[in-house]
Amino acid sequence: MSNPKVSDSRGDLHLNRLTKRFADFIAVDDLSLTVPRGSFFALLGPSGCGKTTTLRMIAGLEEPTQGMISIGDTDITTAKPYRRPVNTVFQNYALFPHLTIFENIAFGLRRRGVKDVKKDVDNVLELVELGHLAERKPNQLSGGQQQRIAVARAIVNKPEVLLLDEPLGALDLKLRRQMQIELKRIQMEVGITFIHVTHDQEEAMTMADTIAVMNQGKIEQMGSPAELYESPKTAFVANFLGQSNLIKGKVNSRSGTNASVKIHGIDIEVPIARMASHGDRVLIGVRPEKLNINANSKNSIGNGTVTDASFVGVSTQYLVKTSWNEELVVFEQNDAGAPDIKVGDTVSISWEPAHTFALDGDQDLSAGADVDHEAD
Amino acid sequence: MKTTTLAPAPMPTLSHRASRWFARNLIRIYAALAFIYLFIPVAYTFAFSFNDAGKSNLIWKGFTLDNWKNPCGAPEVCSALGNSLKIGLISTILATILGTMIAFALGRYRFKGRSVINLLIFLPMATPEVVLGASLLAMFLNFRINPGMTTIIIAHVMFCISFVVVTVKARIASLDPRLEQAAMDLYANERETFRYITLPLVMPGIAGAALLSFSLSFDDFIITNFNSGTVATFPKFVYVSAARGIPAQANVIGSSMFFIALIIVVVGQIISRRKKLKVN
Repeated sequence: MSNPKVSDSRGDLHLNRLTKRFADFIAVDDLSLTVPRGSFFALLGPSGCGKTTTLRMIAGLEEPTQGMISIGDTDITTAKPYRRPVNTVFQNYALFPHLTIFENIAFGLRRRGVKDVKKDVDNVLELVELGHLAERKPNQLSGGQQQRIAVARAIVNKPEVLLLDEPLGALDLKLRRQMQIELKRIQMEVGITFIHVTHDQEEAMTMADTIAVMNQGKIEQMGSPAELYESPKTAFVANFLGQSNLIKGKVNSRSGTNASVKIHGIDIEVPIARMASHGDRVLIGVRPEKLNINANSKNSIGNGTVTDASFVGVSTQYLVKTSWNEELVVFEQNDAGAPDIKVGDTVSISWEPAHTFALDGDQDLSAGADVDHEAD
Repeated sequence: MKTTTLAPAPMPTLSHRASRWFARNLIRIYAALAFIYLFIPVAYTFAFSFNDAGKSNLIWKGFTLDNWKNPCGAPEVCSALGNSLKIGLISTILATILGTMIAFALGRYRFKGRSVINLLIFLPMATPEVVLGASLLAMFLNFRINPGMTTIIIAHVMFCISFVVVTVKARIASLDPRLEQAAMDLYANERETFRYITLPLVMPGIAGAALLSFSLSFDDFIITNFNSGTVATFPKFVYVSAARGIPAQANVIGSSMFFIALIIVVVGQIISRRKKLKVN
């Protein structure tokens, strides 16, 4: 027997004031967002931030406590998982161990009563370049192959939305990089909306058009990878996405395009356009690769002492202790003319005003910096 | 490497060499003794199935194939065997169905009294069979049910259920719930998910439970003896005829059972090894 036709909704995915409360904690807290049709969207956050719960609610495997989920104009908030045009690539793939690869992929088609599944299955196997494995069983495949079959099994159904729950978590680093490119290629070829849940900020930045950074059940900030990296709006985003040097400061004045901010007795300039706060107390942020050693950029904070130097190939990472005893991280490219700096040297630190951002000063400096970046 | 010349070792004495051989082969000797201990009864049964025994199969009287050619030769041995097979089959089917359902309820759902039921399910396994048999008989008599085929089956289903529940529940517990979620995600409704994913994956557990039930039922003597009335099962037949000499045909049937079980195990092993070879 086959299911009644799955609702034929097309369009953007909307989450409207979505909340999921478990016995004693709120996993997802009043979350609203719109994912445009055909985009590659990443939900990024540390373990326990509610990203997987959000995904499971979209899949229908978890029922929202409050709020609404819709695709286009169709409300799917309480629809059964098998009645939504949504498919999932599970964290550990969840391939059916007793069925062949062919039957695994054909499963969704058969349940919907598709008569001739062979062509569709063959096509999708070709898309993931594993046609020769059709008659194998899942446990005869390597991790990377299983991962691709899990993707094939989902996209063969041509869902409106494809959900990926940490799909690359179980793969080693090299294979993960390869699969990132592969997934991106598949997404562009099939044009399905991908929602990718991950705790790996590098993965999210490599693959997604839009990233929503989640923390404690809420979205901290949403935007393109470059936007989030260059202009984080909260200390959590600044620290979770890459590294940031955050320094406490107080706004002296705002005039024209720049504001003057006093940090530990030193006046520096910040573009007003890059200030996330209207208050006087701010956190000044500069990315490590934007700080210059022994150069005369406009925002200068004078001398500091090098406390640590670690060579990481393309660059060297220094820790420099400032006059107010804060350790700043500095990346220096290892190109021709790279300065010869040793631990204990006194160096001057400066940067361009355009590379400065400013956040609300009432936040914890280290929010998001020391959270668990490991898989949950 | 530089070779060093060793001083010629003194010739080991004979007793020395014997004790070294013994030490080297200790585990093998021990294993051989253990297997002899385990298999002497089977070997004895098998050997005496070829005995030209006549009435009593206690003393070796000469080799014959007659018993194997005519296993139903002794009076009532085959009707007893037929009864045992019938009881075993019906009990197995009933116990497997009921036990599997209980196992799913206990393994999959949270409800009031679940942990108590989990415990109670074990009780028939822990109760001495004599007690079970005696009280079942008392119960049947109180309800004025005449002991016979039906009462045997009721009793067998009862003690088999516990084993089925335990076996199937273990299999259900090892089942990844994400597989069922994946099936639902792939447009299978609850019934289809059960039919195409859950049931096939739990099937090895159910099959194991069925085999166990059958052998428990086929083998049972104590409870059966209380509740069988005039119906003879194979174990009961052997027990009763022991008083006046067990016919050699009983040995034939016993040996056959052993070899059938052995063949099943060996074939199973070969199939699973083939599968593994294919994987590599």
